[in-house]
Amino acid sequence: MVWQSLDIRRRSATTTPMPQARESTEVAKLIDISQCIGCKACQVACMEWNDLRQEVGYCVGVYDNPPDLTAKAWTVMRFTELENDGRLEWLIRKDGCMHCQDPGCLKACPAPGAIVQYANGIVEFHQEHCIGCGYCLTGCPFNIPRLSDQDHKAYKCSLCSDRVAVGQVPACIKTCPTGALHFGSKEDMKEHAEQRIADLKSRGFTNAGLYDPPGVGGTHVMYVLQHADRPEWYAGLPQDPAINPLVEVWKGWTKPLAIGVMAAGVLASLIHYVMKGPNEISKETEKEVENETRPE
Amino acid sequence: MNVTRRQFLKVTAAGLGSSSLAMLGFSPQPALAEIRNFKLARTTETRNTCPYCSVSCGVLIYSLGDKSKNARAEIVHIEGDPDNPVNRGTLCPKGAGLLDMIHSANRLKHPEVREPGASEWKRITWDEALDRIARHMKADRDANFIKTNSDGVTVNRWNTTGFLASSAAGNEAGYLTHKVLRGLGVVTLDTQARI
Repeated sequence: MVWQSLDIRRRSATTTPMPQARESTEVAKLIDISQCIGCKACQVACMEWNDLRQEVGYCVGVYDNPPDLTAKAWTVMRFTELENDGRLEWLIRKDGCMHCQDPGCLKACPAPGAIVQYANGIVEFHQEHCIGCGYCLTGCPFNIPRLSDQDHKAYKCSLCSDRVAVGQVPACIKTCPTGALHFGSKEDMKEHAEQRIADLKSRGFTNAGLYDPPGVGGTHVMYVLQHADRPEWYAGLPQDPAINPLVEVWKGWTKPLAIGVMAAGVLASLIHYVMKGPNEISKETEKEVENETRPE
Repeated sequence: MNVTRRQFLKVTAAGLGSSSLAMLGFSPQPALAEIRNFKLARTTETRNTCPYCSVSCGVLIYSLGDKSKNARAEIVHIEGDPDNPVNRGTLCPKGAGLLDMIHSANRLKHPEVREPGASEWKRITWDEALDRIARHMKADRDANFIKTNSDGVTVNRWNTTGFLASSAAGNEAGYLTHKVLRGLGVVTLDTQARI
């Protein structure tokens, strides 16, 4: 039943080695912003497949609806009206988990197995192991995970790992009527992006390019941007995303240091026990103390 | 429960020791693949056409059960039909949300009529509805049928009733629609596929 995602490459708060012998095809989602019309079919398909029903909200004055990602809205369209060189450009970015090769959420997570990265590159949250601490929100350079008000667990896009595991494409990719969303091996997606970028360049978008930020080791969700030199124009897509240095410090060298200190403490007490032995109290002293403290 | 100081210290030490061991990586929890099961694995797949607009996209309807006698089917998922040349698996936001239209509490599930002057809708049977429509059509056609024009040429026109055919109809249904209505003299005949 499971096609290729059998192996877990990384697991949060776990130090046992992960299986590495099998090689899986790395998958990727390619979002071609130049072909997106903002119809939000992907949002609907996502909710339908993942059995999520975001509560009907209110219009906040812009097309963004719902206005932000939530525990029940794993992808949203972010609309930007850009005036560039006297021309109006309507930039519509499908926001959601980027499935980083080097996931900050996973690094920050203290709950064993709550966040895993499969060998095909998908980063998934397992809510049954989630303790609701919200560290993944701090660890994420793209501000993606959201804590649910209902169960205080973190949720985000799973890249439909259940569909990918049986050889299907994610729900959003399948439904996209304009073909702005593509899914396949990361190699193929890069190749397809190259063709799209060449086409955009021939149409006057000289700075068109692929968004696959190296600061997080590349992502398994990539964008084709008309203005790859200015990703911040696309509703604040970070120019050079990186994991929060605090997470690196805390999970990088503080953790082994703390474990070292703890091990040293255990070792010191063992030496103390061997050298000095247990603290013996004579029966007489014990009786004396008991008589003193127990008023008759 | 009476706990001596010594017992308390022992329990505390054991607790701290085991939690420390777990933290050092000697956790008994194995690292297993935990992918959610594919929810359509043994559902029944049915082909159909999206009822919303004139594009008439092909959809795949997935329902619980295997159609056995005591199994009551329930539609659990709908997605685009990749073999349909119209949409090749894609669906617009309305089509992608078809499941909730099917399960909507506001969905009309049986024929209703609002009599002239009445403000309430009344539920009727399909037989009553079809008889009623046929009766109205016959009365209108008998009253307004034009056999010949002013020059005496036979035209057989029925101009007071129009017909809007379904966009989801196939070739055969379309052919029958055309034959029946032209046979009755209907001139204003169109299909939703042009709207």
